[in-house]
Amino acid sequence: MSFQVMMEQLAGGLMKSISIFLLTLLFSLPLGLLVSFGRMSKNRIIRSVVWVFISILRGTPLMLQLLAVYFGPYYLFNLKIGSTWRFTAIIIAFSVNYSAYFAEIYRSGIESMPPGQYEAAKLLGYSRSSTFMRIIFPQVVKRILPSVTNEVITLVKDTSLAFSLAYAEMFTIAKQIAAKETSFMPFIAAAIFYYVFNAVVAFLMERIEKALNYYT
Amino acid sequence: MALLEMNHISKSFSDLEVIKDISLKVDEGEVLSIIGPSGSGKSTMLRCATMLETIDKGEIRYLGERVAWVEENGTKVYPKGAQLRKVCSYFGLVFQNFNLFPHYSVLKNIMDPMVHNQKRDRKESEKEARALLDRMGLADKADAYPCQLSGGQSQRVAIARALALNPKILFFDEPTSALDPELTGEVLKVIRSLADLHIAMVIVTHEMNFARGISDHVIFMDKGIVEVEGTPDEVFEAEHVRMQAFLGKLEH
Repeated sequence: MSFQVMMEQLAGGLMKSISIFLLTLLFSLPLGLLVSFGRMSKNRIIRSVVWVFISILRGTPLMLQLLAVYFGPYYLFNLKIGSTWRFTAIIIAFSVNYSAYFAEIYRSGIESMPPGQYEAAKLLGYSRSSTFMRIIFPQVVKRILPSVTNEVITLVKDTSLAFSLAYAEMFTIAKQIAAKETSFMPFIAAAIFYYVFNAVVAFLMERIEKALNYYT
Repeated sequence: MALLEMNHISKSFSDLEVIKDISLKVDEGEVLSIIGPSGSGKSTMLRCATMLETIDKGEIRYLGERVAWVEENGTKVYPKGAQLRKVCSYFGLVFQNFNLFPHYSVLKNIMDPMVHNQKRDRKESEKEARALLDRMGLADKADAYPCQLSGGQSQRVAIARALALNPKILFFDEPTSALDPELTGEVLKVIRSLADLHIAMVIVTHEMNFARGISDHVIFMDKGIVEVEGTPDEVFEAEHVRMQAFLGKLEH
């Protein structure tokens, strides 16, 4: 196999890694906010249920969760697992898993807001929802951005766990080529791809942080 | 008809009773100062008046209408949602630590509640907000962010923000306690200028000369009860031991 073919195959895998990455962020960021509301709910039952949910998702391996989501329908309900289910299962497992981490990050940000901001907003006539959307959330975003960056960078590398469902993302492909060609080269190439991917992500996150630096 | 009436208010935090059966009222255009040692319940009284704390006993009336009260059986009745927002539109509160919104420019801090909450025209709101800033001597700070302001400037923005919503009554919760003497002076000057506007004000303060000069009525509180009240002269000249001790301490 020529170097060029190898690079093309890896690049194809990279595209799939990127799609896992983007879709996971798309779903887990809003879902995480919802989960954090549950975690902070005044209702004790909701709060406890969400606490257990977060605890399980953070306390068990993501790889195991991937397998559980993928094979669950078969073992639990005897449903036939179709070919499109693989990718869907990956996105579900990643999104739900990451939502648990994001929820705790959101919570830390929301709980760190000084009560005076809520009080001022209340007396200035903001409704509860506008208080959150206009006053609290924008400030929370700024506060939690460094922690979110950490998670997002971890997610780039975690996409390789889709390997456990034999999904043809970059790591799976690298391993296949490496086995076929008995060469270590594909791993080095994949490492460089992951590194550059993350460098781009880190750069973008830094840009966002800078953009929010106009106030303290 | 009184703008604000607080009747037989009591308030406890767990075991500590910080307000014991206090009543007060504020008429149109009246300036009321509440003075007293720290922990005497002055700020709590203000926070009860502005719905930031719930009362344990008594009732609160705005414009004669009962807006919050406690039933015989101890049930607290408080406004919610749109009703709460209507009640809050009667008054403004200036906090000790300003509580400006740091992510909004000075102008937006003032304009956003006008436009978003009072649904007023954006152009007119901006004009009015800029006029208020001008009044506060901050015309050049419209585009600054709160983190770029001094404490005195922040507090003046906070006053402008409260005034922009045309409250009938303005509460000040130790507005100068976080400021050095020079900045205190500039904020007090602004508050004095508001008294000329004939807007009703309730001021919790440790600035005795200021309180004496500006007020129509003064309340001296200690340990959750009103010890002395009356006109500034009556209160400051009162032969009241606790009151004189409090004032005497301040002169050191």
